Amino acid sequence: MIPAAFDYVRAESAGHALELLAEHGDGAKLLAGGHSLIPLMKFRLAAPAVVVDIGRITDLSYVRDEGTHLAIGALTRHRDIETSDMVGSQAGLLAAATSKVGDPQVRHRGTIGGAIAHGDPASDIPAALLALRATMVVDGPDGQREVSSDDFFKGFLETAIGEQELLTEIRVPKVPDAGWSFQKFNRRAQDWAIVGAAVLVDNGSCGVGLVNMDSRPVRAAGVESAIAGGAGAADAAASAADGLEPPADLNAGVEYRQHLARVLTRRGLEEAGA
Amino acid sequence: MLVSMTVNGDQVSLDVEPRTLLVHYLRDHAGLTGTNIGCDTSSCGACTVHLDGEAVKSCTVLAVQADDREVTTIEGLADGDVLHPMQQAFHECHALQCGYCTPGMVMAAVSLLDEVPNPTEDDVREGLEGNLCRCTGYHNIVRAVLQAAGGEETRR
Repeated sequence: MIPAAFDYVRAESAGHALELLAEHGDGAKLLAGGHSLIPLMKFRLAAPAVVVDIGRITDLSYVRDEGTHLAIGALTRHRDIETSDMVGSQAGLLAAATSKVGDPQVRHRGTIGGAIAHGDPASDIPAALLALRATMVVDGPDGQREVSSDDFFKGFLETAIGEQELLTEIRVPKVPDAGWSFQKFNRRAQDWAIVGAAVLVDNGSCGVGLVNMDSRPVRAAGVESAIAGGAGAADAAASAADGLEPPADLNAGVEYRQHLARVLTRRGLEEAGA
Repeated sequence: MLVSMTVNGDQVSLDVEPRTLLVHYLRDHAGLTGTNIGCDTSSCGACTVHLDGEAVKSCTVLAVQADDREVTTIEGLADGDVLHPMQQAFHECHALQCGYCTPGMVMAAVSLLDEVPNPTEDDVREGLEGNLCRCTGYHNIVRAVLQAAGGEETRR
């Protein structure tokens, strides 16, 4: 399978990428590691007229300690995040979720920014970022803005990033003392999650992000408030699927996904020490 | 567009369309057919090559993304007639049957040992999660990688 023909331009910097987006309009698509976009293009589900390659903007690849949070450049590869001591010690949930993305080859290429800009509800990383209450930094023609993870994921393959904008940084609160668990249920080692649960338990409060349980990455808000109200893991997890509309496909129907969400959330809460 | 890269130590420059995938660049344009195409959906790992020393799935990398970079394919591992230790281990452990997954499996395994030089059996199994073999049940492949890592005692 070969993508439809396109024009290729390489962005030399974040500013240059914004210029190229403005120049080429909505026919342009940003290419980072390419492990979400290229498969879509091969299936001809995406056929951008212009591909703007941002994959060589090395100054958007970093993990920095910014005091209360970690700043992670949008073009930081999964491999660099899963092996980062800083991410491991300050936001272990993100490192764990990242280590479950695809396989080593995919993690050598894929980036955190590319993965979340894709807005796929089946992706592992958004669930972790929702549980961690991360903030996304988006640059555009009108300057820079911050978007909370709750406001970032809008719908199926749809995020808050505008057509003229570039996701540049992910800010993750440092939670060195939190308990966490990433539960991924799939059939084969490298598969997408049928359902996943990212759980963070920190000082009586908790965050729960779910994979593949709605048209977009979502939090299990009922579980979070139950834990905050003093409920145990089993009782809290009972509401994990409430109000959500998981997809049905050949791997699982709706009821089975709801069941998995409850079970995986309970296991996650127990492992995270709720 | 002109896409240039170092392939197995040789400089290669070819005029290809931007949509050319790295695996097609290598096979159809550079004539290096050792890299196989299996699933073509970045699942099976048959097309695994090294890009700047790391395993990648060349069916999911545009050739232009490898522009000015270093690529190593299965043809670049052996030193003349002397097999790379990983190839030798696959040979000795009978780590293949039909052989279709083997180039990608070997490239993934070499990359794995670069990152985890002394792997446990679990490390090897997890490290090769991106490569599918439909013949061997993986057992001898895992043995071969452990042998190549220097774990002679793991042989039966």
